[in-house]
Amino acid sequence: MSDQPMKDHDVGRRDFLRKAVAGGVAATTTALAPPALAQQPAAAAPAQEAPTAAYEFLNLDEQAFVEALVNHMIPADGLTPKGTDLGINVYIDRALGGAWGKGDRLYMQGPWKIGQPGQGYQLPLTPAQLYRAGIEATNAYCVRTYKKTFDKIDATQREDVLIGLSTGKIDLGALPTRTFWTTVYQTVMEGMFADPIYGGNRGKAGWKLIGFPGALAVNRENVEKYRDKPFPTDPLGIADMS
Amino acid sequence: MATRLKEVDVVIIGLGWTGGILAKELTDAGMKVVAIERGETRSTEKDYSVPNVRDELRYVQRHDLMMNTARDTLTVRNNRSEEALPMRRLGSFLPGEVVGGSGVHWSGHTWRWTDMEFKVRSLYEERYGKTFIPADMTIQDWGISYDELEPYYDKFERTAAISGKAGNIRGEILAGGNPFESPRSREYPLPPLTPILASQMFTDAARNAGYHPFPRPSANASRAYTNPDGSKFGACQYCGYCQRFGCEANAKGSPHMTVIPIAMRSPDFELRTHSWVTRVNKDSTGKKVTGVTYTNVLNGEEFEQPAAVVLMCAYAINNVHLMLLSGIGKPYDPVSQTGVVGKNYCYQTGAAATLFFEGRHFNPFMNAGGSNASIDDFNINWAFDRAPHGFVGGYVVGGGFNTVLPIGYRPVPAGTPQWGKAWKAATAKWYQTAMQISASGSVMANRNNYLDLDPTYKNAFGLPLMRMTFDYKENEHKMGRHAADFINQTAKSMNPTTMNPATARTDPWTVVPYQSTHNTGGTIMGTNPRTSALNKYLQSWDCHNLFVVGANAFPHNSAYNPTGPVGALAYWTADAIKRYVKKPGPLV
Repeated sequence: MSDQPMKDHDVGRRDFLRKAVAGGVAATTTALAPPALAQQPAAAAPAQEAPTAAYEFLNLDEQAFVEALVNHMIPADGLTPKGTDLGINVYIDRALGGAWGKGDRLYMQGPWKIGQPGQGYQLPLTPAQLYRAGIEATNAYCVRTYKKTFDKIDATQREDVLIGLSTGKIDLGALPTRTFWTTVYQTVMEGMFADPIYGGNRGKAGWKLIGFPGALAVNRENVEKYRDKPFPTDPLGIADMS
Repeated sequence: MATRLKEVDVVIIGLGWTGGILAKELTDAGMKVVAIERGETRSTEKDYSVPNVRDELRYVQRHDLMMNTARDTLTVRNNRSEEALPMRRLGSFLPGEVVGGSGVHWSGHTWRWTDMEFKVRSLYEERYGKTFIPADMTIQDWGISYDELEPYYDKFERTAAISGKAGNIRGEILAGGNPFESPRSREYPLPPLTPILASQMFTDAARNAGYHPFPRPSANASRAYTNPDGSKFGACQYCGYCQRFGCEANAKGSPHMTVIPIAMRSPDFELRTHSWVTRVNKDSTGKKVTGVTYTNVLNGEEFEQPAAVVLMCAYAINNVHLMLLSGIGKPYDPVSQTGVVGKNYCYQTGAAATLFFEGRHFNPFMNAGGSNASIDDFNINWAFDRAPHGFVGGYVVGGGFNTVLPIGYRPVPAGTPQWGKAWKAATAKWYQTAMQISASGSVMANRNNYLDLDPTYKNAFGLPLMRMTFDYKENEHKMGRHAADFINQTAKSMNPTTMNPATARTDPWTVVPYQSTHNTGGTIMGTNPRTSALNKYLQSWDCHNLFVVGANAFPHNSAYNPTGPVGALAYWTADAIKRYVKKPGPLV
């Protein structure tokens, strides 16, 4: 899917990946794929049938960025596994490679003006193009500031970068920082809380975190029965009921 | 060159609540009706069934039942000095685009608007004097009365399976209902929904403070029901997937499972989906319309459908757009304040607080579209004196939940980090402990809020987009502050562990995030062709065989959801058209 020109330092990673795949070993990211993936039903998107976190859209730099991003935003602790173990990176990759990422339902006629914040999204970019340009600009900022790309800096530095993006203090040049950040944040939350058929929220860990019961919701008798009481729930996704 | 089709009695543009009601009523009356709908047919059985309909990403985030802004959208700006830019994706409001329209994905809140709206200018001038109404506030009386509309409200409530508790039957005030409502001829067709914890807590707090809470009337059948047309409803399952979803239980009153299938049974009715009306055509005199021109969006083929009567029944603002594109009626000019089409575009305002109660379990995933207790003490309660507060209009306050799903709803106290372990811990801790109190406020018409054609941007058919010029004015700011103060005071009386207080919307209106799909005005009804586009029967003053049905006819917007009067006016208009066809001509 990725047809972006590769930079020199990508070649090493790509060669490694090619060899790894040729050798029948899961690629770097996929070695971490949790057993939960095997529970994903075949009814979902075809890519889920593979026991790997194969990417359809993100290039190697972007994969590294997104993996570092989701694992920083959603670290492993007693509440949930980390972001890549939830498949949030997979969700983001598919969302960007799919209809939404390609600008489905987005009015894409010019002329293009910056406008007022209240006029909403005005960039001549699809979400996928915005993501790609935003990652490149953020990595450029990281290299200027830390001499390393986002995936190579330490946790404190990553925290500073995310704060800089979310508050708009990091200047991404031609790209409005808040627009990029809003899109990033939205996709991470979607990857954590959307139905698992979209590749994220593996094991329904996002739903379990809050006690959301998922797709099963026949609560006619429950409204009174569980009023002000905890609802015992083992959440069900669309695939569990298909 | 458009293919010219055989003339029919009635052509309906858009098949949602208004088009569906009119299709059913007019085929019942023996007319040959063709409905032209830009969207596709979706059914409860195929499309709104479990588990696939229970998909927040598809229906809420990706707007699967909504207007596709890649094909047609609006341009937006706050005032005339700004350059309007296209709303490139949906945000603030969500018009539907399937058979059934927004009537598929609504929550079902159904109110009876009263003479406080229909006689707004007369009532305020009489009580507060002419100078109380700001000079730029272009509110005017509607030319219709509550008493005229009452039988039609009743009819719509029975069609759509409204669950509620009457507060006033023929002048008798009843405990448990809304004591401020205007007299209704009889009780709601269905009893109120089972209250949830949040609505109970709000009810108690409001009652303790001396206000008058009642269960919000809504088209969520509290038990199995068969409406007067024979449409069968299942009982609401409180599934938590109401707003923006089709209902798998057929428990939500929706045109796709009531009036539309009944019209479809008639040999005199034909539905053409995937068909986009680009123009309503006028005859050489300009005093009558001759039919519509539309494009089959599956292959681009263009057709002309002649008709004796044309009904615009698209989403409110899309009706206005079609009026402007068709050159019917004089476009409104805010400078000279002449013309009528595009005039008095209104929206709604609001304020909301989130209250956190450690140890409580709100189960926010367990609710109906109308799981909400409300008070009208600051809305249609005319005893509430606006003079000290200096605003026209009012607001309805509610406590409860409606379709709060986890991508969009994970309440945490203000100041919580947005990611990381602390965010996760707070998200887990507070999710079950939060409830909301929110207000929906009216927006009065203003001479500078209007709709016209954009000079620059075009839709997929090469036609100009409509331009929306809108902002909240000082009147709405004052009301919003009053609402926020009231909400915060009520919230504090409930002793929450912590709360995110309500604030008034005093910043300029923005096209993101979602606020309300209650856009009104643009082709308003009234008593005078110089100041309104339609007469009281929603008949065009300019072309007497054209009726424009929907919230586009509202001269201003109230605090209430609009579907009650939209449905009632559709039935009212159906009766008017039955008279009209016997003797075509202006009904007023």
